[in-house]
Parts: sequence; structure tokens; C-alpha cells
Amino acid sequence: MSSATANETAPTPIEAFARVEQAGGPLLPLRKTGLARFAERGFPTTRDEDWRFTSLKPLADLPFLPTLEPSDQAFNQTEINGITFGRHDVDRLVFVDGHHSSDLSLISDQPDGVTVSNLADSLSELKNDISSLSANDENPFIALNDAFFTDGALIRIPSNGRLAKPVHLVFLSTAAGDGQAAHVRNWIDAGDNAQGTLVESHLSLGQAATSTNVVTETRIGAGANLEHIKFQDQSDSTVHLASLHSELSKDARYAFHSLALGSRLSRNNLRMRLAKPGIECVLNGLYMTHSDQLADHHMIVDHAAPRCDSHEYFNGILDNQSRGVFHGRILVQSDAQKTNAKQTNKNLILSDHATANTKPQLEIYADDVRCTHGATVGELDDDAIFYLQTRGLDTKTARRMLMHGFAGEIVDRIQHDGIREELDQLVWNRLEDKHHLD
Amino acid sequence: MLEIKNLQAGIEDKPILRGIDLSVNAGEVHAIMGPNGSGKSTLASVLAGRDGYDVTSGEVLLQNDNLLNLAPEERAREGVFLAFQYPVEIPGVNSAYFLRSAVNEIRKHRGEEELDAMHFLKAVKTKMKELGLSEDFLKRPVNTGFSGGEKKRNEILQMAMLNPRLAVLDETDSGLDIDALRIVADGVNRLKGPDNAQVVITHYQRLLDYIVPDFVHVLYDGRIIKSGDKTLAYELEEKGYDWLIQNAA
Amino acid sequence: MNAHTDTIDEFVASDYKYGFVTDIESESLEPGLNKDVVRFISAKKNEPEWLLDWRLKALQHFEKMKSPTWPQVKYPPVDFQDISYYSAPKKKGDGPKSLDEVDPKLLETYEKLGVPLHERARLAGVAIDAVFDSESIGTTFKEDLAKAGVIFCSISEAVQKHPELVKKYLGTVVPYTDNFYATLNSAVFSDGSFVYIPQGTRCPMELSTYFRINAANTGQFERTLIVAEESSHVSYLEGCTAPMRDENQLHAAVVELVALDNAEIKYSTVQNWYPGDEQGRGGIYNFVTKRGVCKTNAKISWTQVETGSAITWKYPSVILQGDNSIGEFYSIALTNKAQQADTGTKMVHIGKNTRSTIVSKGISAGKGQNSYRGLVQVGKKATKARNFSQCDSLLIGDKCGAHTFPYIEAKNPSASIEHEATTSKIGEDQIFYCNQRGLEPQDAVNMIVNGFCKEVFRELPMEFAIEAQKLLDVSLEGSVG
Ligand SMILES: Nc1ncnc2c1ncn2[C@@H]1O[C@H](COP(=O)(O)OP(=O)(O)OP(=O)(O)O)[C@@H](O)[C@H]1O
Ligand SMILES: [Mg+2]
Repeated sequence: MSSATANETAPTPIEAFARVEQAGGPLLPLRKTGLARFAERGFPTTRDEDWRFTSLKPLADLPFLPTLEPSDQAFNQTEINGITFGRHDVDRLVFVDGHHSSDLSLISDQPDGVTVSNLADSLSELKNDISSLSANDENPFIALNDAFFTDGALIRIPSNGRLAKPVHLVFLSTAAGDGQAAHVRNWIDAGDNAQGTLVESHLSLGQAATSTNVVTETRIGAGANLEHIKFQDQSDSTVHLASLHSELSKDARYAFHSLALGSRLSRNNLRMRLAKPGIECVLNGLYMTHSDQLADHHMIVDHAAPRCDSHEYFNGILDNQSRGVFHGRILVQSDAQKTNAKQTNKNLILSDHATANTKPQLEIYADDVRCTHGATVGELDDDAIFYLQTRGLDTKTARRMLMHGFAGEIVDRIQHDGIREELDQLVWNRLEDKHHLD
Repeated sequence: MLEIKNLQAGIEDKPILRGIDLSVNAGEVHAIMGPNGSGKSTLASVLAGRDGYDVTSGEVLLQNDNLLNLAPEERAREGVFLAFQYPVEIPGVNSAYFLRSAVNEIRKHRGEEELDAMHFLKAVKTKMKELGLSEDFLKRPVNTGFSGGEKKRNEILQMAMLNPRLAVLDETDSGLDIDALRIVADGVNRLKGPDNAQVVITHYQRLLDYIVPDFVHVLYDGRIIKSGDKTLAYELEEKGYDWLIQNAA
Repeated sequence: MNAHTDTIDEFVASDYKYGFVTDIESESLEPGLNKDVVRFISAKKNEPEWLLDWRLKALQHFEKMKSPTWPQVKYPPVDFQDISYYSAPKKKGDGPKSLDEVDPKLLETYEKLGVPLHERARLAGVAIDAVFDSESIGTTFKEDLAKAGVIFCSISEAVQKHPELVKKYLGTVVPYTDNFYATLNSAVFSDGSFVYIPQGTRCPMELSTYFRINAANTGQFERTLIVAEESSHVSYLEGCTAPMRDENQLHAAVVELVALDNAEIKYSTVQNWYPGDEQGRGGIYNFVTKRGVCKTNAKISWTQVETGSAITWKYPSVILQGDNSIGEFYSIALTNKAQQADTGTKMVHIGKNTRSTIVSKGISAGKGQNSYRGLVQVGKKATKARNFSQCDSLLIGDKCGAHTFPYIEAKNPSASIEHEATTSKIGEDQIFYCNQRGLEPQDAVNMIVNGFCKEVFRELPMEFAIEAQKLLDVSLEGSVG
């Protein structure tokens, strides 16, 4: 069965809505519309072009029930420190199953006007913002998130402001029962000329087959410069669904890095809107899959204004029966003259049973543009192996080094030194642990 | 030190080397010249052990060991170094990390202690200064985005660090500006000693002003058709290859 | 900018020189699609029972299908009941026994199209099958080919004379259930060419079919089948034109190629159907299914130059079934005026060591929309499969679009797939450089476009390469001031 028909399994997310309705709140209209839109569409199937290679079968047997209550599991700071980026000096906002945990969060003094907090406490204020960037997306998981989101991060950097230190958003899934779904919503607003580094980690404690459905909207002001690193390393039994909608203003610079290592099924929908001239947007991703994992990155970079640059670099290392999916669409609208867009997707297949699907696409309506894309699937380069051999390295070491380099190409684009180094090490260890290197 | 006897090799069914005899003693510098496509790079590749070449006959001895039975990395550890005509770009692999791994593999093989990061960096930075390479090369991926000349200098840096017994330099001079040429030549000359030897493949007599060869050989159509001392290089510069080719034919 | 726009207008106005209508009495079926129509066509061609059954099964299947919506093309829904599925020049008596007996008006038509059929003026070294609306009117050089054992005739004739061959291969590469337009074609196909090259034979000349749509309100549904037996070789070329009319006309063809062990088929197309006007009025809807299957060590090479049609929807494909087989696709697609093209290829690697090459050059001008859509698929067993794809787009003017939609699916770790694509406009610096060397801007554009397409021209048989180059020049006329 290729279609995921969670609707047939009781109880349905739709029934859970009564509780949301009861709770009310300033976003109830949005939530209702979301529910209606979802009810109309249901879960996508592989007959939808956008989900052609990504079957939601893992969801089919699960109720996908929103976790509307915070979990009562107790952790302490030390446990959280032990997870990731604990040794860096960062501000930390922690969410457990979609609920903010102030006990686990650590927020220092950020400069005046900077907000680093949870979003649920500011809903009235955000009434007109939330969903303003994602509203036109047909993706039913956004509709579902509109209906059910519990909490998430609110980051605001005022014009000319900067984050004093990186902000680390930690999303933990701890639910013990299969089929729980945490709906997380983030709102990020960087004012004109604002600067900062944002890290987003998605991790799980325990092995339950839970789902995460996160929607992030990012508004990036004129001349702002934001680095956004997303690290997804949930347990292999989970489903991770994410949508990122970013709208960039004149001369803004935005780099989004995605490391997708965990989850049985992960899907990152990235929607970049380059609305004003002079923008530079980098989407940079690494997926490493093993066993029966599937990692999917699905992006649309919409060049709506002239003189913007966009670059997408995605590398995948696929082992066992796993599958890597890349769908990259560069859309250059007729006004977007002097666009410079580049897209590459490279895949290394390590086993006889792994599959790579790649769809790099260009859709161009302007004539004065430079657009290229490239995709490769294959083994390690024989010439490179020989070169390393002539320098005394045996084939095993050479292969490892090249594989590490293949991942390193992506990791190296992370500008924040500490985070890059930590992720580099982590990726390397993961390769050693989980993949056939020889 | 190096003894090549009647070496014949080709790719698929196409013969390229048609019987090469060459012996190189410790302390010597040999230059190999010859027109495009004559088989110079093929010879270098066969010596280094590149896959895809079939050796159909002959043997190659390095200090009386049969080189042809060894894997490329074993040859490297035995002290064979090839400076590539077209050095390979290896995106994502950090140059310092790569070079230290190589140095330590070779040291291990020689029974020497491995260099730790500190000592390695110290050593490599000294060499880099000598070669006029900027230190930020170490941070970049191997050869990636290097200019042609930078790649060649990087080959020499690697050679200096690996300290080979036999260095084969395939057109390391092409694409270099005058200063770089002198730097590269200095690097090669510095390596020169009573225990090692160099085979320098080049198209230009100019390089041989800096790296003075003891012997010059002309390779044509897979055979050495003429050998002489360094004056042969001048003669070639002046007259080209035609007269030799006609003699040979 | 203004000057730029003017030139685009001029460009759009350039003439389609094959737009005339031949005034000939023809026998056409009333518009409509049903079992009786299928029976009529089959009876007209005196077909055996099995073929009629096959057509009827296709019709039944067609009635359950929906027209595809995924191509990047826009057009109003086609009313399949409003099309006449059969039209042919009226035959006097038993019909012509040889080309000499063919209605002179028809011979004249082909003469005017630059494809003389009568013996005096025939192109040397090229055998031609001329298809006029639903019927083949004759095939040249038949006897010379017969001497080599080569069969080259219309598919209707093949059904009569070589039914065992047709039965063995028809529908094996493109089954009647394949896709919407292929299914329609299977039900109502009228004529087309049949080629059979016996084992070990190198076809002594180029084979060519010239398709001409003449009648109004008719669709053309030709079906071509080429079978190359083991170790044989053939090069085949098709050309197409149609009159200028305000209504759109449907052309839904199916081409099947079978290359048995060690055989090689080279299939070239120069497609110049009437493209319609700048408002998108008229022109041919060219919805075509072309596919070949390669057995061990076989090779199929598709080359296409697509300059005509209002809408082109076409993906010549190769199933690389046998080990070491090779598939190639070389394409130039030019869209101007309001033309839309969604074209590309599928390379399906099944056997070991299979190799494929894709070179696609899209040129968009006027309000043309040009899409490359391709699939490279490497199956689990296709060890060491190799693919290289290059898709380049060139934009002339600011009202056109160029799109690239490649799909890559690899299931074998030893596969190597490389896809590269670029989109650029003709650089002003390039034109200036040429101007500075004394070339007119128009010549500069032609030269640049021709250079852009060179890799594809190289794949065409010599005489057609020149023809195709001229065709591009004509189509580009007036694109620069
Ligand atoms: N991989 C290969 N496949 C087929 N032929 C090859 C291959 N590599 C080299 N050759 C052929 O072998 C011959 C010798 O090539 P080689 O590269 O050794 O020449 P060279 O003397 O180094 O030339 P140059 O001075 O241009 O560097 C040439 O004819 C070349 O085309
Ligand atoms: Mg060479």
C-alpha cells in the first residue's frame, strides 16, 4: 500500500481537535482552517508528485495523535548537556514533545530587543505573523500543524541587533507510546541588518515510534545575516516532518544547513522566497542513511527578484536498504534577471540495496540568468583513491578519508567554528559506527 | 636503484609502452623528454601502479624488489613518489589531515615514530615557507580550487614531506611562472642525496637549467630512442624531435 | 530593451514555408471515436482478425483513461469525438500499383516539400516512404532494398505481406496499455513505416519516412515499427510538415524499435509540423511515444531536431535490457511564437555495463516554453551502469521560459550517473565579439545557436544535418535587430 491512510485508524487526529477547540486562544480561527484543510486533503500519497518517492507507510499504522499535554518525565540539565552542543556557550531553549521546558532551558542576557523565548506565551502578539509565510503551502502537514501546534521557539532580533551567542533550540521526543505526534511551531524574525547563529536539534530519548511535525517560519530583514543549522538525529523508529518557510529581504544572507541522520522517515520541506534583490541564500545538506531509513529533502527556491544568488549543496551517503531523496526546484520568475543559481546533489551508494532518487529541477522564465545544476550517483572516485594510494594510504584508509571528505564538503560550510567541529566529529563517528566503509 | 627491463604495457588492447629499458642509480637525476602522447605519463603511472594498465612483459625492480607485484600504497611506502601531471582534486578532504596521514603511514612502514599534530604542523609549515605556499592551503581540501601552479607546488610539498627514495615528476614544470619554477626546482634539488634518485619528465630544457640531469632520454612511441647527457636537451630544444624520429624509423 | 522586443516581434512573424494545402479529393471518416470507427479503419486496411481485436482492446482501455496533466504544457482539452480518425486521398480503381501511378498532385506536393519521389529526382542513397494523412502513397527504392533482404514499406503493407513479423513485434515495446496517447494510437493507427533488417545486414541506404498532414480536422496516428535482427545496422530518418490552419490538429504517433543482439538502430527526426501563430492559434499537437529496446551489445541512438508543432510532448526512450547495450539521445528543441515543448528521454538500465548518453539543447525564443524532462533509471542488476546527461538551455528574449526536470533513480552501488544542466542567454559579449569581427547580429545569433547545437548536429546524417541547420536559421530569423 503506497498511501498512508491514518484516517482509517481510530482515534484520528481530527477527533483530538475537540480539546484544542476547548482550549480556544487567539489562533483558534487558524487552527480551525488548518483542521478543515487537512480533513479535505488527508495524508499525501505517492501519487502526489511531491511525494512520489516518499511513501508515508511508516505513518499508516500509527494514530498520529497530537501530544497535547506535556510529558511528566523528569530530566536534568546535566542530561541535556550530555546530548549535543552542551560544551558550547549557547543559549538553550528546550522543548519536550512540543512543550516548552523552562527548567531545562538556559537563557542568558541577550542584547536589548532580542527575544529568545517560547512562542505559546506570545500568541496574541503573533496572531498576524504565524502562518503568514506558510499559508500558501498545500502540504497537509502544515495544515495539521496549524491545527495542533503546541509550542515552539520565538526568536526576534531587532534591526541592527545581533544574538550575543548562538541560540540552540532543542526538541526532544520522549513519548513512550507509539503514534504520538509533537507539533512544533517556530517563528523567527531577524530585523534589518540583524545577525545571529541558530542551531536546531531534534533528538529522541527512547525508541518509541513517535512523530515530529515542525513548521518554522523565518523572516529575514534587509541586510540581515543568519546562519541556521538543523541537526536531526532522532531514533530510527521515528517519523520527522519539517517545513521551513523563509522570506528574505534585500541583500539578506541566509545559510541553512541540514544534517539528517536519524528517523526512519524524515522529510524536510524547504521553501525559500527571494523577494528582494541582492540576496544570497545557501541551502546545504547532508543525509546519511542506513537500515531502512529514508531521508528526503524537498526544496523550492523561488527567485522573485533580480540579482540574487542561491546555492544548494546536498550530499547523501546511503547504506543497507535505505533511500535518499532529493527534490530541488529552482524557480526563476520573469523579473528575476541576473539570477545566479546553482544546485548540486551527490550520492554515494554503499550497498546493493540502497536507492537514490534525485530530481534537480530548473524552471526559468527570465532570460538573463546563470543557472546550473548537477547530480551524481555513484561510487567513490577511482582516481582519488589511486592518488591517496600513491601517498602511502591503503585502500581502506583512502576510502574512509574520501567518505569523510564527502560528508566534510557539507559540514565545512558551517561557519560557526565550534559547532562545525563538533558536527564533523559526530558525522565521522557515525560513519564509523553505522556504515560499510570498506 | 631502479631497474626497468623491457617494460611493455598498454590499456585494454592498445599497446603504449613497447619495451622500455632504463636503469637509475642512487644519486642520479634522469630527465625524460618526448613528444605528446609518446607514453611518458603512462610510464609514470605504471611505475606508481595505476589500475587499468596491463603490463604485458618486462619487469621493474626497486632495490631488487619487484615493484610490479606491489599495490600502489606499498610502492609509495617503499619510497616511490609520483608528482602527478594532473593532480586530483579531492573535495572535502582537508589537506593537513591528508598529508599527516600519508606521512605517518610511511613513517610507520619505515619503523619510525608517528608525528603528532604539533610536530607535523611545525614540519609542514617550514616546508611550506620554503616553497612559498601560504599556510591557509592546509585548511583547504586537497587540490580543490587550487590554481594549476598551486597544485604543482602542492605536489612538491608532499614530496618534501614524504622524502621518497625515487621521485618521478611528471611535467611538474608546466604551468609554473618563473619564480615558482625556481622554487620547485629548489625543492627537488634539496631532496637530492646519495641515497635517492629522481626521474623528471618535462617538455622544456628550461627546467633542466635548474635541475641538472645526469642523463636525458627521449621517449618516442613507447620506446627510448635516444639517451645522452644534458647537452641532448639543448639539442632537442634547438632541433625538435623530427631528426631523432627519422633516425629511429 | 525596446529594440529587443521589436526583434522578437519580427521573429515571431517569420514564415512557415510548408503551410500550403494540397487540393485533392480525399475520403474522410466523419469525426468521432467508437468501435465502428476502429472496425472501419481495420476493414479499410483489410486487416486480420487478431489486429482488429488488438485495436478494439486498446479502444476499450482508452475509454477508461484520463489525459495526462503532468507535462509542463497548457492547452484546452482535446475533444476526441471531434476528430476524424481516417482520411486518405481517394483512390481511382484499385489504387496505384507503383509510384508512377500516384496522383500527380501528390507527387507535386512532395516535390514542393523538397522530397521528390519520382525516379529522376530522387535523393540518391535515401529510400523514402511518403505518408499523406492516413495512408502511405508509396515507397522508393523498394527493389534495391529487397535485394539486400531489407523490408521497407508501409505498416499496412507489412500487415498484408509479413503478418508474422508484425504480429511478433507490434506492441512489444509500447504495449497498447502504455499511456493515454499510445493507447489511442493503438486503437486507430492509420499508417506508418515498417522496417526489417535481416541478421548480419547493414542497410545499404538511409531509410526515411516523410509525414504530411493535409486534410483538416483529422488526426494523424502513425505507427512505425523497426526491427533490426542480430548484428544488423540501420539508419532511419523521419520528417514532418503540415498546412497552416487556425485549428489545432492532433498527431499521436507511436514508434517501436527492436534492436536484437549486436544490432544498431539510429533514428533521426526532423520535426517541422506547423507551429501555430504567435497567439497560439493553430498548429499541431504532437503527442508521441517513441521507445526502443536493446538486447545484448545492441545500440539505439535517437536524434531529434524539433522546431515545429504548437505543443510537443515526446520522450524517445531506450530500454537497455541486454548487457553492454548502449542508449543515446541527442536533441535540439526550439520553441518560438507560442510554442510549448516538453521533451526528453528515458534511459532504463537493466543489463550490466549498460551505458547511456543524453545531450539535450533547448532554445526558447518569443513566448516559447521549453522543458526537458528525463528519467535515468538504474535497476538493481545493472552493475557498472553509466549515464552522462547534459541539458543546456538558451534563452532569446524575455518572454520565454526554459525548464529542466530530470529524474534520477539508482539502485545499484556501482552505477555512475552524472547530470549537468545550464541555462544561459546569448551573451551580449558574445554577440559583440562577433560584431567586432564584422558579423551581422543575426549571423552572430545563428552562429552561436548553431555552435550551441553542434554536438547534436554531429549525430545527424550529413545531408540532414545541413537541412536541420538551415531550419534553425530560418526559425531564428529576425531574432536580433
Ligand atoms: N586511459 C587511456 N585510454 C586510452 N588511451 C590512453 C589512456 N591513457 C593514455 N592513453 C594513450 O596512450 C598514449 C600515451 O599517453 P601518455 O599520457 O603516456 O603520453 P605523454 O607522453 O605523457 O604525453 P603528454 O606529453 O601530452 O603528457 C597516448 O596516445 C594516449 O592517448
Ligand atoms: Mg603526460
